[in-house]
Amino acid sequence: MVSQIVSAIGVMVVGVFICALYYWLSDKILNAIFPVPVGNVTLASRNLNRRAVVRPWLFLGPALLLLGIYLVYPVVATFILSFYDRAGVEYVGLANYRWAFFDSGFRQSIFNNILWLAVVPAACTFFGLVIAVLTDRIWWGNIAKSIVFMPMAISFVGASVIWKFIYEYRGGNDTQIGLLNAIVTWFGGDPQVWISMPFWNNFFLMIILIWIQTGFAMVILSAALRGIPEETIEAAVIDGANGWQIFWKIMVPQIWGTIAVVWTTITILVLKVFDIVLTMTNGQWDTMVLANLMFDWMFRGGGDSGRSAVIALIIMAAVTPIMIWNIRQANRDAGGH
Amino acid sequence: MTSLTTRLKRVGLPRLIVHLSVLFIVILWLIPTLGILVTSVRDKGQITASGWWTAFGSSSQTSAGRLGDPSTAKQEGANYVIRGSVFENGQSGTVKAFGTRVQEPAAFPAGTPADLGEGETLTVQEDGAYIYSRNAPFEGSRGKRIYLTVTTPPVFTLDNYRTVLFSEGIGQAFINSLTVTIPATIIPILIAAFAAYALSWMHFPGRALIIALVVGLIVVPLQMSLIPLLRLYNEVGNFLGTSSKTYAGIWLAHTAFGMPLAIYLLRNYIAGLPKEIIESARVDGASDFEIFLKIVLPLSFPALASFSIFQFLWVWNDLLVAIVFLGTGRDQLVLTGSLNALLGSRGGNWEILTASAFVTILVPLAVFFGLQRYLVRGLLAGSVKGG
Repeated sequence: MVSQIVSAIGVMVVGVFICALYYWLSDKILNAIFPVPVGNVTLASRNLNRRAVVRPWLFLGPALLLLGIYLVYPVVATFILSFYDRAGVEYVGLANYRWAFFDSGFRQSIFNNILWLAVVPAACTFFGLVIAVLTDRIWWGNIAKSIVFMPMAISFVGASVIWKFIYEYRGGNDTQIGLLNAIVTWFGGDPQVWISMPFWNNFFLMIILIWIQTGFAMVILSAALRGIPEETIEAAVIDGANGWQIFWKIMVPQIWGTIAVVWTTITILVLKVFDIVLTMTNGQWDTMVLANLMFDWMFRGGGDSGRSAVIALIIMAAVTPIMIWNIRQANRDAGGH
Repeated sequence: MTSLTTRLKRVGLPRLIVHLSVLFIVILWLIPTLGILVTSVRDKGQITASGWWTAFGSSSQTSAGRLGDPSTAKQEGANYVIRGSVFENGQSGTVKAFGTRVQEPAAFPAGTPADLGEGETLTVQEDGAYIYSRNAPFEGSRGKRIYLTVTTPPVFTLDNYRTVLFSEGIGQAFINSLTVTIPATIIPILIAAFAAYALSWMHFPGRALIIALVVGLIVVPLQMSLIPLLRLYNEVGNFLGTSSKTYAGIWLAHTAFGMPLAIYLLRNYIAGLPKEIIESARVDGASDFEIFLKIVLPLSFPALASFSIFQFLWVWNDLLVAIVFLGTGRDQLVLTGSLNALLGSRGGNWEILTASAFVTILVPLAVFFGLQRYLVRGLLAGSVKGG
């Protein structure tokens, strides 16, 4: 056990050392290939230029290599595989896409994904904004923020166990030890098996992600709210605006850009949501989403890379508009820099 | 009382509402985690007997028992008496009530004689001792069936943790998680920092394109990478004659998947460093390598810290990459993976699930509360600036 940790730390040290060695050594070699002799000014300046041309690529090399192998190549390969059969050997044209179009499981996943997309980003942003506004006005606001922010540190699997315990159902006359059913029975209702209640169970799963992500929205929005100039709000107060009007007509329009960032960030997260559905229901009782369906087809019956690739591409297609928007924003920032 | 009302007036009703709503939200957010924390230290039997929110009070349980055989009856004066204790198998607790019919298991309060009819009386004391008497000899060969309402004081124990750590494999999984996380958190930093420096302070054709590529790759779903990489790993494994599921494989995968965000975050920070410092170092004849190592790297510490916290939380909490690139054997299953497996195999055993869940969230929570400042700073740099 201990030896395993020691070897992990060893790997870390060796890994860092090898990386450092690469950068150091490649720099040395570059300098050796293009020497800067003291006497020869033309050669010196030409070689300095040559160094300046090559050096960025030495610095970028390892990062680009990793990005290329693990992200760029797979995107292309997945696209190509989507036109091939389950083993990725025989070209099948659009058969996998046709399958997806008519498959009821696929349609169910699309429907659920849309449901998630409609609810989770909106709920997180709304709660995040409300909590940010409320906590900014009280002296123990930072403690409250810490607590709402805390689930961010908890894994989706851990959060699923936490919430599964809340949704726990016990049959017969057993005492309900799940909080939700205990409350329901306390009010005189009948305990329910929340997780296997078609359609509504989606919402019980969404609550988990909302619980985790609201803190993220709150932190970002709180910072944006603090950036609103004091005078703007004071002017509104003098003009006789009440709290409600200040919130909707002054604060929200001022931080509109940040709200969009929070919204899109959570949207991307929702599209990739996998762990929660896997651990809570494994897609049973009509809770399947695209990411889980994709995983399912990756291994089901030895794996079907064609169908799996199609599902991955659908997720990618949903992310693409946000990706383009992000790139344009980043370019605009760089232009101003 | 007066002070409270004056204080209330000073605070004002709307303000009070704000305090109360925030308090409500905080409790709402805390309760789920509190639930598993409390449950994980409760006695196994009590977890199923009562909700965790009653853990600090005594839990009350209805159970069935049997009185002594008629053969143990002794004649005392005119009556035949059976004495004994309802707690025989090492149980303990306080008897609150008892009954003789399942429909009314708590018909009689403890400590007072109950008239059962046909000349029979039964008294059960709170400590479990009972006296069962009849004005004629007892009949039959088996003891009488009775029902008891027993309250037991709260029992807190670390047994659940001992069980999950040493017999459910969570201890080993913890080590495995550390094995994955330590190198996968540290190694990307250096690689990303060099790239971020090049993208901030070096001029070369294609720079804008690479920055756009990095920004774009941040949001590419992991799902896009899985199939080709799995095939690639299998081929490499076959070629080298080793398993395709190795720690080296997952270290590289996590390093690469963390790379876009790392480069982006670090570039935002490094590009914002004061121009004068870097230019004057250049004028002094320092090479880019020296500038990076001696000036940029030390100055970027806050950004490096932010990113390493992100990467740590992401790698530690990851399930998808771990189940695709690592095996499910004892020596490779990480915490999230074993927790997921336990959910399947130990579905109703909450003493095991809650303790395991708490072990898995312990380290990230410690990191979170210890280094929250850097985490928030990183989030803000990553989202507000980018948007």
